[in-house]
Amino acid sequence: MSIKTEKLSFYYSQGTPFETKALDEVSIEIEKGDFVGIIGHTGSGKSTLIQHFNGLIMPEEGIVKIDERNIKDKDLKIKLIRQKVGLVFQYPEYQLFEETVYKDVSYGPMNLDLDSAEIDRRVRYALELVGFNVDDIKDKSPFDLSGGQKRRVAIAGVLAMKPDYLVLDEPTAGLDPAGRNEILSRIRQLHESGITIILVSHSMEDVARLVKYIYVMYKGKIHMEGDPHEIYKNSEELKRIGLGVPQVVDVMKALKEKGIDVDTNKLTVGEATEEILKVLRSRQDV
Amino acid sequence: MFKNITIGQHYPVESKIHNLDPRLKLVITLLYIITLFLINKFPVYLVVVVFLVLVVKMSNVPVKMVILGLRPILIIIMVTFFINLFMTAGEVIWQLGPLDITREGLRQAGFMALRLMLLIMGTSMLTLTTSPILLTDGIESLLNPFKKIGLPAHELAMMMTIALRFIPTLMEETEKIMQAQKARGADFESGNLIKRAKSLVPLLVPLFVSSFRRADDLAMAMEARCYRGGENRTRMRKLAINKTDYGAMVITAVYIAAVVGLRIFW
Repeated sequence: MSIKTEKLSFYYSQGTPFETKALDEVSIEIEKGDFVGIIGHTGSGKSTLIQHFNGLIMPEEGIVKIDERNIKDKDLKIKLIRQKVGLVFQYPEYQLFEETVYKDVSYGPMNLDLDSAEIDRRVRYALELVGFNVDDIKDKSPFDLSGGQKRRVAIAGVLAMKPDYLVLDEPTAGLDPAGRNEILSRIRQLHESGITIILVSHSMEDVARLVKYIYVMYKGKIHMEGDPHEIYKNSEELKRIGLGVPQVVDVMKALKEKGIDVDTNKLTVGEATEEILKVLRSRQDV
Repeated sequence: MFKNITIGQHYPVESKIHNLDPRLKLVITLLYIITLFLINKFPVYLVVVVFLVLVVKMSNVPVKMVILGLRPILIIIMVTFFINLFMTAGEVIWQLGPLDITREGLRQAGFMALRLMLLIMGTSMLTLTTSPILLTDGIESLLNPFKKIGLPAHELAMMMTIALRFIPTLMEETEKIMQAQKARGADFESGNLIKRAKSLVPLLVPLFVSSFRRADDLAMAMEARCYRGGENRTRMRKLAINKTDYGAMVITAVYIAAVVGLRIFW
């Protein structure tokens, strides 16, 4: 069970002077249960790639397979794919439209032609998953909520379809630190509850903290892949292609250059603190 | 879905036509439209075609772009053509069941189709070669004399500039929201008319909300920079007539003289 692409290529404005290659023979496989990050700067092809995952863009060159089935199969209902692979776009709160939170979250399940009892169950399930008390929030207008709350409602709107895979495009963009932490810890919980998460971002801090595996995209290609420690080891290369590294990595590198013998391969503040303490203690012992 | 509309689009390249004064281009376009309706003999359209080809050649805009501009109104041209073809009374030359095609009908239909095509291609040359900002500058300056009778020329031009500026933004936004709702299982393409109209609600509400938000932001940003309408406002670019503009005037005068002359003396 996986999302798999084989030599997937995509062109914008094909056949015109504005032609650009957005994807260039991308072959990746994301297994069920994975927690994957896709990073790359603006225009690297991330968004185009994820829109292939649920058939919003149909593959023209190459193959996309969801759970071993080619999404171009004639007898495969596209709605089934959209249900299996939930896609949360950037600034998802801009797609809210209903009078109440409850109605908005139920839009997805309603499109799946479920009965009302099941819809009710799913709306409650989804709102609880993103950390709301259902009865407090359900009759409020989504337009009266705070930024972070709106975003959680929008994510619930996708979760209510009970996707096996959840793709989130820059889920923390434009949020304050509190809203950001809230969203990220919810995403971690979603993964623990068994949903495969694909996090698309250019924020190195978020990605480093959460994901187990990273794909780095550059000019429509998979430029590097590996677990976060491997990827961030190569910080010069990341900087060359316009991406940063978590600040902690830079701090550790600077320490090392100053002659303090720390292991630079630490990605979170927690890990780095321990490493620095360890080195300091060992110095005192000498 | 909106990507193929070239009508009203600006094609930014360097050319003599691009550099003409927008006021002059507006006036020439207006005169061009009038001449199209003055013509009453087929061969005279050759003059128009020559003029148009000359303008397109000088503008460095690919001919394909100009012809593509016809696509959105193809249906209108077809409908006009067939209505004129079948509905004009006169000498019957062909019968198709209950429908008669007359010699006059054929002539009329041909005239109309040709006129419409030349009209669209000619006017799209204006928008293809003039940036929206310059275009509204031109309109404002041409409307200035009417300020005396209370026409808010500057305000109209500003509104037009802003509206034009936001067309691509809104189209992009529509596309985005559509994708997002499709990801939630929305279906914009199938079902009967009522169902389809209903399916637009999840698209239109967010679009309205974001338009209001953008309008609000823009108003705030303009006010923060002390915008207060047209009174005493200076501009960065002053419109001025130069040598190329005189050249264009001469060519246009020759063209109009040809069309009017043929109309009177032939």
